[in-house]
Amino acid sequence: MNTDVLISAEAVTKEFRLPHSFGRRLAGQPPLAVHALNGVSFELHRGETLGIVGESGCGKSTLARCLVRLLDCDDGKVMFEGKDIATLAGADRRAFNRRVQMIFQDPYSSLNPRMTVRQVLAEALSVHRMRPRVEIPHRIAELLDLVRLPADAADRYPHEFSGGQRQRIGIARALAVEPEVLVADELVSALDVSVQAQVVNLLLQLQEQLQLTVVFVAHDLRLVRHISHRVAVMYLGRIVEIGPTEQLFSAPRHPYTRALLDAAPELNPGHRSTRVAARGELPSPIHLPKGCAFNTRCPFAFDRCFVERPELTDRGSLHEAACHLTEFGIPSAVPLAEDAPAP
Amino acid sequence: MPSAATATAPALSVRNLTTTFSTPAGRVAAVDSVSFDVMPGEVLGLVGESGSGKSVTLRSIMRLVHAPGEVTGSAHWQGRDLLTLNERDLRKVRGGEIAMIFQEPMTALNPVLPVGLQIEENLHAHTTLDRAGRDRRARELMDLVGIPEAGRRLHDYPHQFSGGMRQRAMIAISLASNPRLLLADEPTTALDVTIQDQILKLILELKRELGMSVVFVTHDLGVVAATCDRLAVMYAGRIVETGPVSTVFAEPRHAYTRGLLGSVPQSGAERTMLLSIEGTPPSLAAIPPGCAFNPRCSFATDICRTERPALLEIAPTHLVACHHHDRVAAAGSPVAEVAAP
Repeated sequence: MNTDVLISAEAVTKEFRLPHSFGRRLAGQPPLAVHALNGVSFELHRGETLGIVGESGCGKSTLARCLVRLLDCDDGKVMFEGKDIATLAGADRRAFNRRVQMIFQDPYSSLNPRMTVRQVLAEALSVHRMRPRVEIPHRIAELLDLVRLPADAADRYPHEFSGGQRQRIGIARALAVEPEVLVADELVSALDVSVQAQVVNLLLQLQEQLQLTVVFVAHDLRLVRHISHRVAVMYLGRIVEIGPTEQLFSAPRHPYTRALLDAAPELNPGHRSTRVAARGELPSPIHLPKGCAFNTRCPFAFDRCFVERPELTDRGSLHEAACHLTEFGIPSAVPLAEDAPAP
Repeated sequence: MPSAATATAPALSVRNLTTTFSTPAGRVAAVDSVSFDVMPGEVLGLVGESGSGKSVTLRSIMRLVHAPGEVTGSAHWQGRDLLTLNERDLRKVRGGEIAMIFQEPMTALNPVLPVGLQIEENLHAHTTLDRAGRDRRARELMDLVGIPEAGRRLHDYPHQFSGGMRQRAMIAISLASNPRLLLADEPTTALDVTIQDQILKLILELKRELGMSVVFVTHDLGVVAATCDRLAVMYAGRIVETGPVSTVFAEPRHAYTRGLLGSVPQSGAERTMLLSIEGTPPSLAAIPPGCAFNPRCSFATDICRTERPALLEIAPTHLVACHHHDRVAAAGSPVAEVAAP
């Protein structure tokens, strides 16, 4: 595996302040805040696909936006080729914006309804001076071909396309500026199953063809498993486990990852269980639980989990997990009492 | 498994259900001659992509389709046709013997009434309990669906509940009348995967305890695999294949079913091309002649473009509407683990 680090996040923290309520003002308390990211660190290697998975409210979209500097992080930093992206300015900032592109979730609201596909793509090409003006029409035809849209799509408006086709326009727009990194936030979750497969196939092909580095943010475990080389599992603004896809899925080392995997419906009607994978719900990101954030739902939680927050620690071969039970998930380890299958 | 159900009479029997809407482009059929049975105690999955008519089918059965929508055909429930039932009798059945839960609980629940009152409304309409009895039963139902601190939360409004809790509250309301049949319209689509898991298992557990039949509308074949006994696959308003879940997954005989199964990523095939279906589902105003699926089908020949295939029984309980179901079957199932039953 290539270990050339392209982007690294170092203890990234992001909170969104809520309106300062009258009661809290009177009491002299600071406004409440949603703690979206609470110290996220990871490295993105050149040429890999990193899947970021988690349930709604875990901070995965906020993280994606911090990576492309659509949001500035409150604390910590995002480094791109060794430079803090918050300090980039002028030509450096423009170069960064070009080299790291984002594709959004909603193909209906991320395209300007009053611009034709040609205008959308020409804007991207001319802003970053990718091609001399005379070559732009040729490049647009190339791009449409790349994402397998018909050539006559160029002079149509977004509303004339289906959801899958719009998502292809979004991909073409991102690829127009020849980026090195694509950050895809829930790229296919708004699409029908059969169309999802088309877009996933396209992304896999384009990555091979153009040697792209991809951050694939999604809530669908099956998709993330299918696409990613490595996967990071997020819970309440933190990465709880990160590792090579196959290892992480075959032997999860964090109870939350295990619960997510058990909850995801498999295509096999023979595998049915009546046991609920994870009880309870996500705690509020305004008042985070003390200690390990998963302690309210974890069947294995013990005293230490309620006082001390576990950090990501090494579990061998690039696999890390943030859990006090360092033996959790090792196939040979003695199973815990609660781990025994329900009768 | 549907073994015991084969000998008994179906609980719900839908025949030639057709629902049309008039649009500027003329009348379009959202549901086109759909027929299926639901056996007592069975979970039937109704599967399809957006616009395939699966939700409209449920709404048509419950007479929730209003003008300019028009419903024809029949839906027999305990000897009576729901589609011709008079309003008074219909009110007894709807929300009583047959309950329905919807995809978006925030729009299905009344935002200005406490959840407890909404459960009580249904108890008032469909049971003979007195006020104290209704109150007690409402609390029991909240407990049954796993809402913690049921007594206190009876007075909460829907906006004070999380998405999963709202869905539980809606299930509590629908169960208030001890229904014999539950129609569930994508009840978990808006939920996170761990909450979806909780709700699916809750529905199955309640089904076992109360002996209900369930019709489960979903677009997720994983959910079908985890919950349903039989499935019916819909495309452009028609059922194209129906049969026991294990049979259909192991040997899909319609190219669309096969494509849908292949579109779901599976373990053990990471970073390979998915068996996708080219193109997009047709608009209801422009359904292709012959088999509606023919422009997207890799098995299509001339006959598919001219003659619409009928839904035929090719094995007991396995029906398919495809001219080339033998070739599709020979191509094998994309589901690796169940390919060899």
